[in-house]
Amino acid sequence: MEYILSFLHQHIDLIYIVILSVFLGIEVISRVPSVLHTPLMSGANAIHGVVIIGAIIVMGKAEADNYLALIIGFLAVILGTINVVGGFVVTDRMLEMFKGKKK
Amino acid sequence: MGSSILSIIYLIGSVTFILGLKMLSKPDTARKGNLVAAAGMSLAILGTIFLYRVNDAPLHNYGWIFAGLAIGGVIGVLSAKKVKMTAMPEMVSMFNGMGGACAALISIVEFDHIIKLIKNLYAPVTDDHLVLQLLETTASRGIVVIILLSLIIGAVSCAGSIIAWGKLTGKVKDFSFGGQHFLNLGVLALLIGLSVWLTVIFPTAPATGSIIFYVIFLLALFYGVLFVLPIGGADMPVVISLLNSFTGVAAACGGFLYSNPVMLTGGILVGSAGTILTILMCKAMNRSLKNVLIGSFGGGATGAAAAGKEQGSYKEISLNDAAVVLAYANKVIIVPGYGLAVAQAQHACHELEKQLEDKGVEVKYAIHPVAGRMPGHMNVLLAEADVPYEKLLEMEDANAEFPTTDAVLILGANDVVNPAAKNDPASPIYGMPILEVENAKVVIVNKRSMKPGYAGIENDLFFQPKTSMLFGDAKKVLQDLLGAIKEV
Repeated sequence: MEYILSFLHQHIDLIYIVILSVFLGIEVISRVPSVLHTPLMSGANAIHGVVIIGAIIVMGKAEADNYLALIIGFLAVILGTINVVGGFVVTDRMLEMFKGKKK
Repeated sequence: MGSSILSIIYLIGSVTFILGLKMLSKPDTARKGNLVAAAGMSLAILGTIFLYRVNDAPLHNYGWIFAGLAIGGVIGVLSAKKVKMTAMPEMVSMFNGMGGACAALISIVEFDHIIKLIKNLYAPVTDDHLVLQLLETTASRGIVVIILLSLIIGAVSCAGSIIAWGKLTGKVKDFSFGGQHFLNLGVLALLIGLSVWLTVIFPTAPATGSIIFYVIFLLALFYGVLFVLPIGGADMPVVISLLNSFTGVAAACGGFLYSNPVMLTGGILVGSAGTILTILMCKAMNRSLKNVLIGSFGGGATGAAAAGKEQGSYKEISLNDAAVVLAYANKVIIVPGYGLAVAQAQHACHELEKQLEDKGVEVKYAIHPVAGRMPGHMNVLLAEADVPYEKLLEMEDANAEFPTTDAVLILGANDVVNPAAKNDPASPIYGMPILEVENAKVVIVNKRSMKPGYAGIENDLFFQPKTSMLFGDAKKVLQDLLGAIKEV
């Protein structure tokens, strides 16, 4: 119990970010027209590609003889990049088609 | 200096994600919002590569990192550019799966790191610095919990997304068996149990710990498959949206692991926004998330409808007759649905519209909010075929126009025009707003067969006297109609 409390205390600033972000996320998109559901989902998909940063850190601190970290990290960087780049490009392509829409 | 700049960069990154999401939820600013978020992401990635410090040392292995970025970037751009608009949902699903896999892989490396440190504890230790580090590690069960969360959620999201992709492309069939829910719950319970066990024993038994860790990884993948397999193909958008928010949470776990605020905000934002979006999608279809996940909807409803009442007979219409009806109408409203998307008939549809307009017919499209496989699917498809935006009517406007419409042409839509949603309180889709096409003078329905739509219920509309059926693949039928109208 004491351990859990001290863990929470140690990371309290991160926990604040988590909780505030939860509410922010709900607030930000609660009034979205259904036409935009697909692009919004795709855009959000690209944003969680931020996990690529973790992959870069793994890769960047791996020692030269740690093949597990190197290989898996490399794979993670590739997959994460596909997620980010593909996600944003696909979203842009979808939204491009809405262009004639504004009146 | 570098670290301070990096923290500012992360702050900017987080803000662009929030702004980007906000802008993405409004039609006017959506495209810009996507670019804003992309710019923030690029900044955060570059900042990490060049400014991130581990124990005051810069990152190394730049060759590997840039090679990975280049390979991933090329694959990402190519697949995103080449994919057909109709295949958008499965593409998003695939990208989502890769994000999940990325999170799971990070966990594997980090756990391996911890296990190595612990193993060294039992070896003769000479380095004081190492001892300190080890003590810190063994004390941090919390970190292992985070690693496990990221591993499990990432793996479930990855495996689930691949199955969802397979279902949308038709490579994986719907599959369910008796007791499946119990199996799912059992696997889930096992996952939780093993995780707790691992968290308790890993500092003292690192070797066993590693084995359990990989068992958990495989089980999580298996659970992802089980989770998506029984859900009907038509519900995949909702599932993809849900898995999308899962991956967000997995990314946020990574943020916790590295105390990295931009990963944390980005991940959690997507996690919560994705959950809300999932619920909104369900609402647009007048269903609950529970319903979608348990998947009892389709099965139960078919039985009820079949037992419910005797269906009348329907009448077919020949191509030539249909051509005459359309060509001599004053106003035609086209109702596109999933059938149009599957047949990739949006261009043929636009051709038909142009040809009818040349003959002096007023043509419009009625877009139901959930027509197709994803909300907004039809708008995207028709926009791809250069159908002018002014021709697309939202549901309320379309319903106001049906009474003055001579002919309605339904292309592969079913549940969104089912009058049972209005008239039959016993119907599972009762209460869902529909396009009231039966108010028009004539209704022509193009479908591949009399099979019910994804709600699995019969549609009375097809048996009404003013309705006639025009069977066939939407694209082929439209092309034939084009020829027939030319000759009228």
